Amino acid sequence: MTAQDHVAVAVGRYRADPCYLVQIVREAQAALGWISRQSAVEIAGLLHIPVTEVDAVVQFYSFFYDRPRGKYRVLFSDNITDRMAGSFELFQRMLDHFGVKPGEASGDDLVSVDLTACTGMCDHGAALLVNNIAIPSLTPARIDQIIGLIEAHAPVYSWPAELFRIEDNIRRTETLIRAPYERGTGLDAAIARGRAGMQDEIKRAALRGRGGAGFPTATKLDGARNAPGVEKYIVCNADEGEPGTFKDRVLLTSFAPRVLEGMAIAGYAAGATRGFVYLRGEYEYLRAPLQREIDEMYATRRLGTSIRGAAGFDFDIEIHMGAGGYICGEGTAQIESLEGKPGRPRVKPPSMVIRGYKGRPTIVDNVETLAHLTEIAVEGGASFARRGTRASTGTKLLSVSGDCELPGIYEYEFGVTIARVLKDCGAPSPIAVQVGGASGVLVTPDEFSRRIAFEDVSTAGAFMVFGRERDMFEVARNFAHFFAHESCGFCTPCRVGTTVQKNLMDKIAAGRGSRYEINDLMRLADFMRKTAHCGLGETAGNSVRDTWNKFRPVFERRLVAHDFAPEVDLDAALEPARRVAHRDDGAAHVAAEV
Amino acid sequence: MNEALAPKTPVKVRLATTSLAGCFGCHMSFLDIDELIFEFAGIAEFDRSPFTDIKHCGPCDIALIEGGVCNAENVHVLRELRANAKILVAVGACAINGGLPAMRNHLKIDDILRKVYADPERGGSTVPNDPELPLQLDKVYPINEVVRVDYFLPGCPPSGEAIWKYLTDLILGRMPRLERQIFHYD
Amino acid sequence: MSDPTFNIDELPVPFKPGQTILEAAKAAGVFVPHLCHHPDLKPHGGCKLCTVVVNGRTQSACTYKAAAGQEVDVDTPELDAMRRSLVQMLFIEGNHFCPGCEKSGNCELQALGYEYEMMSPHFVEFFPNREIDASHPDAMIERNRCILCERCVRASRDLDKKNVFGIAGRGGKATLVVNSPSGKLVDSDFAVTDHAARVCPVGAILIKRVGFERPIGERAYDRAPMSAEVEVCEIPESGS
Repeated sequence: MTAQDHVAVAVGRYRADPCYLVQIVREAQAALGWISRQSAVEIAGLLHIPVTEVDAVVQFYSFFYDRPRGKYRVLFSDNITDRMAGSFELFQRMLDHFGVKPGEASGDDLVSVDLTACTGMCDHGAALLVNNIAIPSLTPARIDQIIGLIEAHAPVYSWPAELFRIEDNIRRTETLIRAPYERGTGLDAAIARGRAGMQDEIKRAALRGRGGAGFPTATKLDGARNAPGVEKYIVCNADEGEPGTFKDRVLLTSFAPRVLEGMAIAGYAAGATRGFVYLRGEYEYLRAPLQREIDEMYATRRLGTSIRGAAGFDFDIEIHMGAGGYICGEGTAQIESLEGKPGRPRVKPPSMVIRGYKGRPTIVDNVETLAHLTEIAVEGGASFARRGTRASTGTKLLSVSGDCELPGIYEYEFGVTIARVLKDCGAPSPIAVQVGGASGVLVTPDEFSRRIAFEDVSTAGAFMVFGRERDMFEVARNFAHFFAHESCGFCTPCRVGTTVQKNLMDKIAAGRGSRYEINDLMRLADFMRKTAHCGLGETAGNSVRDTWNKFRPVFERRLVAHDFAPEVDLDAALEPARRVAHRDDGAAHVAAEV
Repeated sequence: MNEALAPKTPVKVRLATTSLAGCFGCHMSFLDIDELIFEFAGIAEFDRSPFTDIKHCGPCDIALIEGGVCNAENVHVLRELRANAKILVAVGACAINGGLPAMRNHLKIDDILRKVYADPERGGSTVPNDPELPLQLDKVYPINEVVRVDYFLPGCPPSGEAIWKYLTDLILGRMPRLERQIFHYD
Repeated sequence: MSDPTFNIDELPVPFKPGQTILEAAKAAGVFVPHLCHHPDLKPHGGCKLCTVVVNGRTQSACTYKAAAGQEVDVDTPELDAMRRSLVQMLFIEGNHFCPGCEKSGNCELQALGYEYEMMSPHFVEFFPNREIDASHPDAMIERNRCILCERCVRASRDLDKKNVFGIAGRGGKATLVVNSPSGKLVDSDFAVTDHAARVCPVGAILIKRVGFERPIGERAYDRAPMSAEVEVCEIPESGS
């Protein structure tokens, strides 16, 4: 098949519908290894859209390439937990072996090696993706094994299954994930309550979104139900991009029926008949198993029309893959992505509940939120609300990683103290916990009595533990790099501000920082919080600011003594000219500032 | 004589000036204060400056820097003025943001030097390397990326009027501000 | 029946239902700075120059609807400082060399710099490497000056019904792209008579052979500051 054939097949599979541009490019990318200009023009032609729209999609998503990236495209997960597990040395090992620079294909177009944002394997040490398939638990031996397989041109699907093994690591359960779930029980219970009854139970349960924002689910479903229009949508937000979060990964792996039936129940309550699972590209390996579960649901009358025999209860689910972009976890950005565009957050109002996917009422709910709907259907809202705290009812899954003996999934009732979690996961000497990922809160030992709850320390699940030997400055710097990499670019303060923040942190790391840089960082954090277009920009400065406030000495020991340091190492800045003029005399150097 | 400028003490304000990677247009513009230079000479004197030919800077009150930093010699001169001046002012586009010389910044300096001097197809042989030649930095830097800068006076060049207003504000202890008519980046 | 009102800096301002704060302010003669906003185009909300405080929270005035009883702060030192920082960020992000730019004096970014007394860019200059497209016989795209306001994208799509422009790339890699197989302007259906050719607030899309047409002193923002809400002088088509 020629490249043109592959493009035609990808376009054809999605009936040449431009809404599926992201899926089309994904399939063409998988077949061709990259999207050439020629292919981009072809896709645009077949879809009758400007080629600029194809360019926009290809250049937005991390997993799409507009230049050759080799037959094997390796991406090392670069969350701080990966680094703590030695990922950078392993990354170097592979780069050195193949003799390539990051992001550049080898001369024979065999392989490219680069970094990517957190892939959600934080409980498995260091991880990478090869052609978007996850390989965790990296060691030097594993890297060498992968190198060998690449050099042997072995197809990825034929690699030893052992490499791809991902454990659930469930360490503690409460109600949601303790007992096996009997398929259909949630649906039957919801049908027995009726639509209005089910909506009442959700309200009585006071269920709040588990994706981090904590918005009352009943209010959202009400909003969609009352919004004008016939076609309404439920989107299961399985983008899970917040660094340190991997609880949805486990729910989708081992509790998919709860999640998918939860979607149908949400549709039942809100009057929506179509659902999407927006699955992040990093969880590509879960796509086929999820699709099998969906197919099984259709076969057993748990999806389709007249679900479980209830006339009028119709619901369809299709999987829509992400392609690498943390911002696509934001509700309106996710809808943009579902519409085949780059994931840029929309102007609000109007709320997506009123005008979302294709301008119609859309609910975007987290995986865990939807799973809870099966619980509420079966036991009722009052029972659900007896767990947790008054403002944060029910239970929460935490994904614990970092310097602890037992990383993995912990389910607690809301209100659990951070100290309790640290005890249970076996953290020997924690000096800090980052709760809620890069955009979350840095908690220090004097605050370990605080509780995981929306009214205290809120999180979608990420709980990263840092032990005594950790350098908290490098943690903050890792997050600063993350935000600069993930900014969508729509608004000035975040597009420029996150890069300025990253550069300031790098300058301090290079030993050229002073109080001047600190002042600028603090001002920048406040400035982005007030002027950014969405939550990414608003929270981008949080961790740097928190780290300065709570770990001041790790900054101070890197600062130069006086109040200003030049932007660059000026002697090093003379090196290119020194080299080409073959000079090394005194005047070819400048001293470091005293 | 402008009463406001009549000195309260006999000690004159000491000014140093230099043009680094600048075209000297800002210095020329300074001279556009025309006959006001006599008033100025009544209350100020120059230290190291193209106007005096004093070779090295001593302690002074105000340093006016024209031009960005493009080579090692610029670094030495700028550091000398910064070390000796209480207040340092970036004057003109080049000092403030690199200006025209900074238009080379998206290119690599070694590529440029090789292409200009060492390309056999153009009759070149080696890049000149006499130790007396100032060696180029990889980029042209605004001066506030090399030393701490206290004030910025935009213009290309700022007019004589703007320079006069700015300097008199500084000397009289006011926060220097330019009226809209004399405030421009071009 | 008189119009409902909301307060700007504690003074009542009337508005028509559906108007944004920016639109109502403009109609009342109150200056709210802006760059990506254009009266003929749908609001964008990206540049953030129009940030105001509404009932204690920052919002973009160009997209936020006016409502009765709102307390809006426009003219405060804190907001002015934010505006200055935004202008500084736009300056250092590209290569904005005013002395050599054909748009100088008519440039909205520059005018805002003057408005908020930007004496220096403050932040470290990025000095990015950006591509110039001079392929078209009558117009050029100078990406060094593009501030990603998307006025040209919207004008081409909604006014010219052509779709000549788009934005590709994420974050700091965002760049203006052209709808043609080669990516060059000459191979697109762009025409110099398009609205998109004339809507750029800075010197990123320029009509050839009309540069420096008006002498210093007679350019739009020489005559009056941006807050006096002048019309940017139209570049005549003849180029004479």
